Amino acid sequence: MHPAPSVILFSTLSGLGFGLLFWLGLGLPKASGWVAFVFFVIAYLLAVGGLLASTFHLGHPERALKAFSQWRSSWLSREGLAAVAALLVMAGFGAGLVFLDENWRILGLLGAVLSIATVFTTSMIYGQLKTVPRWNMPLTPVMFVSFSLAGGALLAGQVNWALGLLILSGIVQVAYWVLGDKALAGSGTTLATATGLGDMGSLRAFEPPHTGSNYLLREFAYVVARKHAMKLRLISLVLMAGVPVALLTLPFHHWTAVVAVLSHFTGVVVSRWLFFAEAEHVVGLYYGKR
Amino acid sequence: MTNLPEATQKKLGLVIDLDTCVGCHACVISCKGWNTENYGAPLSDQDPYGGAGSGTFLNRVHSYEAKPKDGPAQLVHFPKSCLHCEDAPCVTVCPTGASYKRVEDGIVLVNEDACIGCGLCAWACPYGAREMDAAEGVMKKCTLCVDRIYNENLPEVDREPTCVRTCPAGARHFGDLGDPDSDVSKLVAARGGFDLMPEMGTKPVNKYLPPRPKDQMVGEIDLLAPLLKPVAEETSGFMAWLDKTLEKI
Repeated sequence: MHPAPSVILFSTLSGLGFGLLFWLGLGLPKASGWVAFVFFVIAYLLAVGGLLASTFHLGHPERALKAFSQWRSSWLSREGLAAVAALLVMAGFGAGLVFLDENWRILGLLGAVLSIATVFTTSMIYGQLKTVPRWNMPLTPVMFVSFSLAGGALLAGQVNWALGLLILSGIVQVAYWVLGDKALAGSGTTLATATGLGDMGSLRAFEPPHTGSNYLLREFAYVVARKHAMKLRLISLVLMAGVPVALLTLPFHHWTAVVAVLSHFTGVVVSRWLFFAEAEHVVGLYYGKR
Repeated sequence: MTNLPEATQKKLGLVIDLDTCVGCHACVISCKGWNTENYGAPLSDQDPYGGAGSGTFLNRVHSYEAKPKDGPAQLVHFPKSCLHCEDAPCVTVCPTGASYKRVEDGIVLVNEDACIGCGLCAWACPYGAREMDAAEGVMKKCTLCVDRIYNENLPEVDREPTCVRTCPAGARHFGDLGDPDSDVSKLVAARGGFDLMPEMGTKPVNKYLPPRPKDQMVGEIDLLAPLLKPVAEETSGFMAWLDKTLEKI
C-alpha cells in the first residue's frame, strides 16, 4: 500500500492525542486550572491536527460532512462520529477542570471511553479489509489501541503505566510483524484464485494491461524501500519503546521526558510507515506483484 | 445507504469467455470512449502525449501465461472490470453513501456528487475494479453502461454494455445471471463458469468461462514434411571445405 504522508501523520498524531485524552478523562494526572489547560491544548492540537491531516488526501474535502451519515456499515463513518463525540465530551470535561475547577467524573469517563473508541474505529478501517491480509488481523486494533494508550500515558506523565504499556506495545508490534509476514500466504489468495486458471499449470503475469503506471499500481503495489524493512523495524522498535523505556527508568527530569516523547513519536511514525509500505493488497497479484 | 440490499430483483452482469478473448483491447477502448462522455465525470488522462502517460480506465485486459507440467505454455487474455458483487465490500465501507448497489438490477454505482474521494472503496475491492480519477478526485467504476442498457434513444441492438457490443470475438456476454433460464446463465452452466477470488466472499455476479483444453501435439506432424526435406543433405563446395577446415583447427 502507498504510504501516504497525510494518513501516516493522521493516525500517529490523533492516536497520541486521543490516547492523552483517555488518561485526562480518567483524571490521570489530576490537573486543574492552567496545568489542565496546557494538557488539553496539547491533546486537542494532536487529535484535531491529525483529523485535519487526514482530509488532505481526500479528493473532495468540502463534502466531508457527508461522511458522518453511513455509520451503520462504514468504519470510516463511525470513526468520524466517535472522534467528534469524544472531542465534544472532553471539551466539556476540560472546560469544567480549567475554568470552573469542577471535576465532572462521569463526563471524563465517558470521554475516555469515546477517545479510545475513536482509536479503535480508526484501526478497524484497516483491520476490516480482507483485501490486505496483513491488516486483516485482530492484532491490528490491538496494536493501534496499545500504541495510543502507551503514547497517551507517556504524554500524561503516568510513568508506571507508560513503562508497562510501552513494553506491551513493543511485544504487540513484534507479534504483528511475525504474524503479518505470514498473512498473505495464509490468506490463500494467489494468482491462481485471482484468475481461476490454476488448473492449467503454473501461472505468470505475461503482459500487463498498460505500459504506463496507473492508480492501482501507485496506490496498492508500493514496493520501493521494502528491502530496508528489517532495519526500519529495528529503528522503529528502539525509538518507539526501547529509548522511552530506558529514559523512564532514569530519575524524572523534564528533558528526559521530552526526549522520550519525541523518540516515541518518531518510532510510531516509522512503524506506521511500515504498516502501509509493507502491506500487500491482493490486487497486486493481478499484476504479478506481491 | 451503504448497507447492501437483501436481494436484488435481477443480477445483471457479464460473462467473459477466456477461451474466445483474443486480447485486442477493443473493449477497453470502447469503454473509455463511451464512459468518458456519458455517466459522471470524464475519464481523464494525465500526460497523455508525454513519456509518463497514465489515465483512468474501467476495464483492463491482462495477459497470463499458463505453463502445464508437460506440453507447451498457453497465453490467456484476461479482461477485468467491476464484477458487480452481490456482497460488494466496496459499498459497505463508503462513509458517505456515494457507493450503492441497486435493488432493481444489482448494478453497483457511485453517486459522484456525494463522493469525497477517500479511496477506501478501492482499497476494499480485491479486483482493482475502481480507480480514482486524478483530475476529478472522485471514484470511477464500471456502470455496466447503465446509460445504454435502458436507453430507448439507442437502437435495440446497442442496448448492451459497450464492451459487449464492440467485442469482435464475441467473448463478452451480457444478461441476467439471477435468472437460471437466461442465455448467460445457461452459458455459465454449460461451460463451467467460475468466480474470481471466491475465498474473498464477495459473490461476484460476473462469471468467467475457462479456456477449452487445446488439442495436444502427438509425435511429429508429417503431412507436408516430405515436401519440406532439405534439398542438400550433405554440404558441398566452399561450405564443405570451410566445415572440414574448421574441424581441423
